[in-house]
Amino acid sequence: MAVTLKSPAEIDRMRRAGRLVAEVLALVESELKVGVSTAHLDALAEAHIRRAGATPSFKGYPGANPKRPFPASLCISIDQEIVHGIPGERTIRDGQVVSIDAGAIVDGWHGDAARTFFIGEAPAPVRDLIDTTRLAMMAGIAAAVPGAYLEDISGAVEDVAAPRGYGIVRQFVGHGIGRAMHEEPQVPNYRVGRKGRRLEPGLCLAIEPMLTMGSPDARMLDDDWTIVTRDGTLAAHFEHSIAITERGPEILTTV
Amino acid sequence: MPTQWAGTPCAKGNLDALAKKDAIEVEGTVIEPLPNTMFAVELENGHRVLAHISGKLRMNFIRILPGDRVRVELSPYDLTRGRITYRLK
Repeated sequence: MAVTLKSPAEIDRMRRAGRLVAEVLALVESELKVGVSTAHLDALAEAHIRRAGATPSFKGYPGANPKRPFPASLCISIDQEIVHGIPGERTIRDGQVVSIDAGAIVDGWHGDAARTFFIGEAPAPVRDLIDTTRLAMMAGIAAAVPGAYLEDISGAVEDVAAPRGYGIVRQFVGHGIGRAMHEEPQVPNYRVGRKGRRLEPGLCLAIEPMLTMGSPDARMLDDDWTIVTRDGTLAAHFEHSIAITERGPEILTTV
Repeated sequence: MPTQWAGTPCAKGNLDALAKKDAIEVEGTVIEPLPNTMFAVELENGHRVLAHISGKLRMNFIRILPGDRVRVELSPYDLTRGRITYRLK
């Protein structure tokens, strides 16, 4: 699919989708306690999205196996799970690293965002992993100015994450967003050696670094969705959908 | 929700399988030679795969003829193609 540029009116509609996604993440955060099941969090998120007259982006989204679309409204990925964890009966426990990814479609426009939380008091190294992932995302967003190139975003993320020794997941990347959840261009979290597309106003991207404590190598579990670190180390994931405007980047997935 | 980076599919497998090397080794019989030093090999389980010769065999000029028993490495990603790693006696 080709890259699409959004008009200011269209970006305004994406703001509404982004805002709803931010609300969902805030709601889930407030309910994220020891003992709640991940299915319960998913049900809360879906109810909030539907109450707003919107549709969850993830539910029914096709994945690696065309016969098994994503079954839920949230991705809940715990500990060594990087992304695409499927909500279910398992409950949240103390000391877990929980990544929540949410997406919603409002009047045909998508919003997509994710955050990683620690349940309880995080040990310093884990706190640093989570903080660094968020900082890497923010650095990527800050680099998304008109006139820069896609590689500048990738480089900004890499320059925060790599010096601290974290693994940058390479097999999964950010993406363009708009009328579809996944549009061109892909947004890697590391330099690929090509400048890539020139950034211009109207381009909307989901910038989402995924960092690990160890090797960046990822594996897919037999459920055809859950992506885990190959070496079993912890992973964190932050994501915002942004719009590039004349004045610079604007975060859409915020309340 | 991130998207899969074009060109680097994420390998599948549960954690127990991770310790092992990815390739699956099986034995089979060469059915016919094909162009470009490729061979059709019938595996013990009856499947036919398209196999090329490993560089080591080629370097040592190991000739593969129809009827030879060979050891084939299969990639878990594409079970219709393999790599001949050994000519059995």
